[in-house]
Amino acid sequence: MSNSEQQGERVGVYVCHCGHNIARTIAVEQVAEWAAGQEHVAVARDYKFMCSNLGQGMVEEDIKELGLTRVVVAACSPHMHEKTFRTTCQRAGLNPYLFEMANIRELGSWATDDREAATRKALAQVKGAIERTVHQRPLEPLFVDINPNTLVVGGGIAGLTAALELANAGHHVFLVERDSSIGGHMARLDKTFPTLDCAACILTPKMVDVEHHPNITLMTWSEVEAVHGYVGNFNVRVRKKARFIDPDLCTGCAACIEKCPVSIVDQNFEVGLGYRNAVYRNFPQAVPKYPVIDTDNCTYFQRGKCRACEVVCPTEAIAFDQKDAWVQLEVGNIILATGYEQFDARRVSQYGYGRLANVFTSMEFERMVNASGPTAGQVVMRDGVTAPKRIGIVHCVGSRDKNYNEYCSRACCMVALKFAHLVHERVPGAEVYNFYIDVRAAGKHYEEFYHRVLEEGTHLIRGRVAEVTDAARGPGEEGQLIIQVEDTLIGKQRRIPVDMVILMAGMEARHDARQVANTFGLGCDFEGWFTERHAKLDPVVTMTEGIMIAGACQGPKAIPEAVAQGSAAAARVASLINQRSVKMEPVRASINGAACSGCRICNTMCPYNAIVFHEESKISEVITALCQGCGACVAACPSAAINGAHFTRDQMMAQIEGILWDQSEDAREVVWLERM
Amino acid sequence: MAKPTFAMYWAASCGGCEISLLNIGEQILAVDAAFDVVFWPCVADFKYHDVENYPDDYIDLCLFNGGIRNSENEELAHLLRRKSKTLVAFGSCAYEGCVPGLANLTTNQATFNAVYDDCISNDTTRYQQPQVVSQVPEGELRIPVMYETVRALDQVVPVDYIIPGCPPEAHQISAVLTAILSGAQLPAPGGTILGAADVALCEECPLTKDVKQITRFYRPYEISPEPGLCLLEQGLVCMGPATRGGCGALCPQVGMRCEGCYGPLAGQDQGARMLSAIASVVSAGPPGMEEAAQAAAIEEAMATLADPVGTFYRFSMAHSIMGRAKTVDG
Repeated sequence: MSNSEQQGERVGVYVCHCGHNIARTIAVEQVAEWAAGQEHVAVARDYKFMCSNLGQGMVEEDIKELGLTRVVVAACSPHMHEKTFRTTCQRAGLNPYLFEMANIRELGSWATDDREAATRKALAQVKGAIERTVHQRPLEPLFVDINPNTLVVGGGIAGLTAALELANAGHHVFLVERDSSIGGHMARLDKTFPTLDCAACILTPKMVDVEHHPNITLMTWSEVEAVHGYVGNFNVRVRKKARFIDPDLCTGCAACIEKCPVSIVDQNFEVGLGYRNAVYRNFPQAVPKYPVIDTDNCTYFQRGKCRACEVVCPTEAIAFDQKDAWVQLEVGNIILATGYEQFDARRVSQYGYGRLANVFTSMEFERMVNASGPTAGQVVMRDGVTAPKRIGIVHCVGSRDKNYNEYCSRACCMVALKFAHLVHERVPGAEVYNFYIDVRAAGKHYEEFYHRVLEEGTHLIRGRVAEVTDAARGPGEEGQLIIQVEDTLIGKQRRIPVDMVILMAGMEARHDARQVANTFGLGCDFEGWFTERHAKLDPVVTMTEGIMIAGACQGPKAIPEAVAQGSAAAARVASLINQRSVKMEPVRASINGAACSGCRICNTMCPYNAIVFHEESKISEVITALCQGCGACVAACPSAAINGAHFTRDQMMAQIEGILWDQSEDAREVVWLERM
Repeated sequence: MAKPTFAMYWAASCGGCEISLLNIGEQILAVDAAFDVVFWPCVADFKYHDVENYPDDYIDLCLFNGGIRNSENEELAHLLRRKSKTLVAFGSCAYEGCVPGLANLTTNQATFNAVYDDCISNDTTRYQQPQVVSQVPEGELRIPVMYETVRALDQVVPVDYIIPGCPPEAHQISAVLTAILSGAQLPAPGGTILGAADVALCEECPLTKDVKQITRFYRPYEISPEPGLCLLEQGLVCMGPATRGGCGALCPQVGMRCEGCYGPLAGQDQGARMLSAIASVVSAGPPGMEEAAQAAAIEEAMATLADPVGTFYRFSMAHSIMGRAKTVDG
């Protein structure tokens, strides 16, 4: 495979022990020794930790002393340390794209205990890397300017925090919220654990700050429909849904809401516990204050008559002829803070929600205890008047359960304890039973709060509830809800009669999370939570440059963590903005116009819309700045007219031939077995 | 000075190439006038031993059509290589195996069974398959040995030039012969393509190409394609994108998908390239669909693609990266 051009290359091969991670399974010294005898190789060494200062220093020294023109490091995944060693090469004056990594850890030593097979595979990987690297060409990075504006999607507490952080730092933010008001789930809460702060007292000032901030353009009742572009230069299409209220004229006086003759159950904000009109806002402190008309229930929209709101509006702000409008935004970075949805408690049919009147969900109870909620803070049963005397709170509904979601929803234990406290506060003398698997009170002052609730006389029963039923087995149970549970601490089945049951429904990814991920070009895990770049070290950055995630869209979270992530995402964006331009990998595709037949097969392939077709010349072209180097078009082109820099055909073929160097029967057997 | 000498030979092929040469019209007279025909079994009575008696490099131009399917084909390939200054693989069979090369998907025995035994129009009472050696009253008869694998000419002997096509188009043959007769400098030999374009067929195809998303495929008899529109977009597996141009896109212009007879582009595997391209434009359903549903949508679309190997490798099987189907014992 090698011709005279490759003959002159001097390759340095470095085999990493990774402590015991690699050396335990692969004979690293043997691999290095063998590599030293291969064509092109000027030096081959093995070392305990190649990524350490000393390891990198060794490579630098060899490049300078031995005049290496190519470097191969056989170690971990390129995901982990490709950047590290590219930088090492660059420091020693070698173009970073003349470096090649062989992943013998994740693909080798971690994949098997068979020392012989793993070592043989390592030889193949190293040989492939050597053969490939001699075909590599120096590449220069591209720089693109960063638009300092940022798009924040989602106006819950995480999004609000991120928007305010950036706006306060002097950067412009477009905040897009799907609902008619910002505030998110937090706007529904009364008290927050463990300090029992009033949620509204800490949230509404932030909402108002956002509304009036000169650096924030607030777009509620709006949705992002399409995102094009790349880090630094995103082009976003936002649909502003018709509100049928002219925000320039509306004063938020609410006269229209008072006069609207329609009253319907509010399934959204009040989770079915309260009513709203056809022209409405979620709550009196909603931001922005402008209401919105629900056309499905508005008499005028349905039957062409009424217009009561129009009549009473003192500023003629009602605009029945308003249409959806589309806005194009140019932003450099995007923060997704789209939050979660509550698990639908109906799915756990044995708990009776939706069937037994006095079974409530945790969000219903939040609204009930909220001073400005439908019952003005009174804890009452479904009849709206009777105060319950005995209340059962069931933890882990839909969470920590193989039938629904295996994960822990993280916040509900503390919410359940908060509920227990609020019941004691609002219904003196009431008995409260919490049914838990484990009480997860890991957080600052959480454990103390747990003890406070215990001291208030809450009964904690350890066991997963089997059933909530109204079928009485004896006179003592009649007319009550019976909670059937195994008390695992005393090892007995118990039937506990209560008046009201609260189901601590867990958190789930939004039903359309996958679609949203698609629109923004990021990954989702199996449950639908957005995938971060690194679970520990890069929790708010995604694999797509310039797109960050914050809050519960990344996984279940309580308010403090959501806020922390909002700030973190803002900090990451601010750091990018301050760099003014961003360095981009030169791994790009390019089309050889002379070989292009204009078949247009590549045109739809590009996930980044980086390919344009020139009608006049009948050839396609890759816009370099838009290309992300994924290689989809390179594979698709039936004429092989598209070249992927750093992944050229001769590089790939050389690597394949290198990997298949061992033609012995044993090696073929291994390959054969792996294929099966 | 004596006229340059000319030969044409017909190995494993249908004979269409010979006809395509005659198809250049009255120019054939100029060929006859310019060359001394020294071997052309189809039109003149020369024997193999005549060729054997020529000195090496005696033939100035030899057009060899047909692949190497049996021992006779191979023998003549070696003989004509030795006797020819310039050996041209003429047409798809000699270039890449063509339709006879599809026999590489099965075994000789299976082919014989199908042709001599299982074929319903045969009189099976007279069941007889070809025997290399047979005894007749007059003595022992031998016929050439049929090979398991069909090969292209350049897989047997070095070839100077290749004129692709099944058959090569008359205007292309004519252009090549005109160039030779005028004494023009040909490109350096070594399996060099003559009489074809360097770019895929789509370039010369006048049909309107738009972005492609294919939800199902059709066989040519299943639809009447919309005139003027790219056939691939309409679900006909037009091989144009992965096929060397040069024919003038004759088939697509009359609504027939390109079958790929001009072979792959330089250095490519036609079938693999086309399969990869098809995989790129098969619709996976609307965006945001679950992965399993997407897989099902792709599966459904691909299920409508009949005879994939015969479609993608109709002409290039013998010369492809596959070469032939692997038999159980390797």
